[in-house]
Amino acid sequence: MTDFELDSHTPKGSLENRWTQHKFDLKIVSPANRKKYNIIVVGTGLAGAAAAASLGEMGYKVKTFCFQDSPRRAHSIAAQGGINAAKNYQNDGDSTWRLFYDTIKGGDYRARESNVFRLAELSTSIIDQAVAQGVPFAREYSGYLANRSFGGAQVSRTFYARGQTGQQLLLGAYQAMSKQIEEGTVVHHSRSEMQDLILIDGKAKGIVSRDLVTGKLEAHMADVVILCTGGYGNIFYLSTNAKGCNASAVWRAHKHGALFANPCFTQIHPTCIPQAGELQSKLTLMSESLRNDGRIWAPKNKADCDKQPEDIAEHDRDYFLERMYPAFGNLVPRDIASRAVKLICDEGRGVGHDIEGKKLGVYLDFAKAIEDQGLDAIREKYGNLFDMYQHIAAEDPYTTPMRIYPAVHYTMGGLWVDYNLMTSIDGLFAGGEANFSDHGANRLGASALMQGLADGYFVLPSTVSNYLAHQKPLDITQTYPEAEQALQACKDKIQRLMNAPAPQKTADEFHRKLGQIIWNACGMAREKSILEQSIKQIKTLREQFWQQVKITGSDETLNQTLERAGRIADFFELAELMCIDALTREESCGCHAREEHITGDGEAQRHDEDFCYVAAWQYSGDLSVPVLYKEELHFEFVRPTTRNYR
Amino acid sequence: MIYKLHIWRQQNADSTGEFEQHQIEVNADTSFLEMLDALNEQLIESDKEAIAFDFDCREGICGSCNLVINGTPHGKHRATTTCQQYMRDYADERELWIEPWRATAFPIIKDLIVDRTSFEKIIQAGGYIEIRTGSAGEANTIAIEKEVADAAFDSATCIGCGACVAACPNASATLFVAAKVTHLSTLPQGQMDKKRAEKLLEAMDEQGFGGCSNYRECERVCPKEISVSTITTMNKLLYQGHAK
Repeated sequence: MTDFELDSHTPKGSLENRWTQHKFDLKIVSPANRKKYNIIVVGTGLAGAAAAASLGEMGYKVKTFCFQDSPRRAHSIAAQGGINAAKNYQNDGDSTWRLFYDTIKGGDYRARESNVFRLAELSTSIIDQAVAQGVPFAREYSGYLANRSFGGAQVSRTFYARGQTGQQLLLGAYQAMSKQIEEGTVVHHSRSEMQDLILIDGKAKGIVSRDLVTGKLEAHMADVVILCTGGYGNIFYLSTNAKGCNASAVWRAHKHGALFANPCFTQIHPTCIPQAGELQSKLTLMSESLRNDGRIWAPKNKADCDKQPEDIAEHDRDYFLERMYPAFGNLVPRDIASRAVKLICDEGRGVGHDIEGKKLGVYLDFAKAIEDQGLDAIREKYGNLFDMYQHIAAEDPYTTPMRIYPAVHYTMGGLWVDYNLMTSIDGLFAGGEANFSDHGANRLGASALMQGLADGYFVLPSTVSNYLAHQKPLDITQTYPEAEQALQACKDKIQRLMNAPAPQKTADEFHRKLGQIIWNACGMAREKSILEQSIKQIKTLREQFWQQVKITGSDETLNQTLERAGRIADFFELAELMCIDALTREESCGCHAREEHITGDGEAQRHDEDFCYVAAWQYSGDLSVPVLYKEELHFEFVRPTTRNYR
Repeated sequence: MIYKLHIWRQQNADSTGEFEQHQIEVNADTSFLEMLDALNEQLIESDKEAIAFDFDCREGICGSCNLVINGTPHGKHRATTTCQQYMRDYADERELWIEPWRATAFPIIKDLIVDRTSFEKIIQAGGYIEIRTGSAGEANTIAIEKEVADAAFDSATCIGCGACVAACPNASATLFVAAKVTHLSTLPQGQMDKKRAEKLLEAMDEQGFGGCSNYRECERVCPKEISVSTITTMNKLLYQGHAK
């Protein structure tokens, strides 16, 4: 690989004019010429569907791919709590600047100012767009839009549709995309998974897809490729991600030269339903919005941990977030809340099921809220979440407190992109959770939907157009040797998976082991010796995987065992990079809590003089020796300080 | 708890399928799909092909999972998707028959997986509000009565799983269509398109779904409890559309 300069192409000048000026500086393609360009969008969640719908509407020829049986099933659908926007409808002092500041601070000063400001600026247009599409946001009795509060903010700026905000926003984008399918500007492929990226002269010009029903591999050519394939939280095996979420598309891109930024930045969400048993396949999130009214506590005395919560007297309860962080209380950012819960459970004050000899859970209690506001008000706000909890935990949260424990939820890391959301591969863009761009070392609640839609509806249509304006349309009817080679490489890889030399273990068994290693090494606490040891374990297990993975059935029909194995193979490689990144970042920031860099009172200790950068890793041909490029972060408008939520 | 399972196996759309018997021991807090995961691991270990079934989010919202368990789409626990059924719900039924959705418009792809592309076609026929990206006005310009917004939400909550079709003796998708029509046409933003109901119903016919004859089985199995009153709302809109 050749050396290159890492340029974020961030505009200069006053922050509030950057995006406007930049849009003016971008080239555009005239409407008559747009149909000459082909665009591939992989992944059709919020970012992908919004981008496909918008680009199709502009007149480009768009091809979309998703592994699910419909774009409406993308995991964006599971986002519960809401979407932030600086509308200031509450007249509580909100503004673009405040949303920008909260997001930068929430991310512990590890995100680019220009990108985050643009996100805050676009937030209001997203709400306008969604309302016009028929997204049934919650409303006040006055008929106007309602807001609620979320972690890391002291204003109320979160728009929501009960506990199903992601579903409603995704359906809006999906329907907009469906309209374009009907009009013929978008051609969609469901049950189709990207296997590899096709490069011609160093530019992204297509993908290899596998039809998951027939097993057929196919090359698709285009002038530009956009990956909106989500995050890689599933690497931990147990996470709140959908079972199908995977890193394969971004990882294959990485191996072709796309830099991977901040891979160790993974968000552990504080309020999830604790693990109950060994067969468990996933963890379920309980929306952060619950922290508006629910109070988090644990018994003060270890002796009370086995009691029923109702039998623990008020003065024997430790409302530890309110005690530790009186200013923000239960609404501290996610990383801080998660670490506090871990601390309590590590002290032996957890409640609920024993997992490996520890009780991993604390209470989230609504008794006070029900007393103050009445049962109906609480049911109205959180009914579906309470029902979901009851289904899973078989306990009634209206009468007994919920038990919660942190779980992997989101990955701030992702493909490195510049201000245009283009990766370090020419012509390859990344949107939504698949890129690293806006959340720094910790994402604030209700910001994922905002970012996915900002990227999809508003950023990519402008920046992709600019890219295309500089390209001569590719003749996609021709056969390209690069495509043939990529197809062959995919075939070979599948054969290698299908024919391991000593098949004896299922892919899931490997995945569970990998998940445990990475959870201990790269979860809520990270430590040099454990990271080093884990890297060795990952390598050994990876070798075993390729020797022993057992896949039954054929590669020429629908075969979910093979699909999973392919994704896990990529997780095995990414896992090592995550540990290397965590090891290299000798500081704590946001989600990244290095045991060696924690203040006396348990807070993350940043080292801005050495680590105020985005760690962008390049694949070198050897997974164990990636090359680090540093994109220094310059703060011109906010001054990095110690985050203080006390 | 030990269960005797009869699971539908079918290699592809053209082959004939049959029930295959299995036995499995799991504890009560295992979810239904985790029980099948465990069975699949056993099958793979004994060199057999895993049972194909659809799933993704496993928290009841994506609409992927779709099993008929002992004759009931999604299973016995009402208002719940398959992935949110737990084996404790089946403590007193130790013999389980597990089948795919059965409807002409949902051809079987393999084992328990069906092709629901027909639902996509229905939405593409007009299940949207036309609004060019970036052209929307300020969101709070139009006030919408809370009751109206809530009613729209109640219909919009459809997850497109297809249980309504699987339960209907006519394999009709009327509830699915009515939910979308009611969601969009209840809101002021969605009232421009007077022909939405007609377009969606026409697509439903074209895709090979049956018509509605008021069995109301759909409402009984809907995991999101969408009411057949949406069908009444749709019929009213149809009448108004024709009257103009």
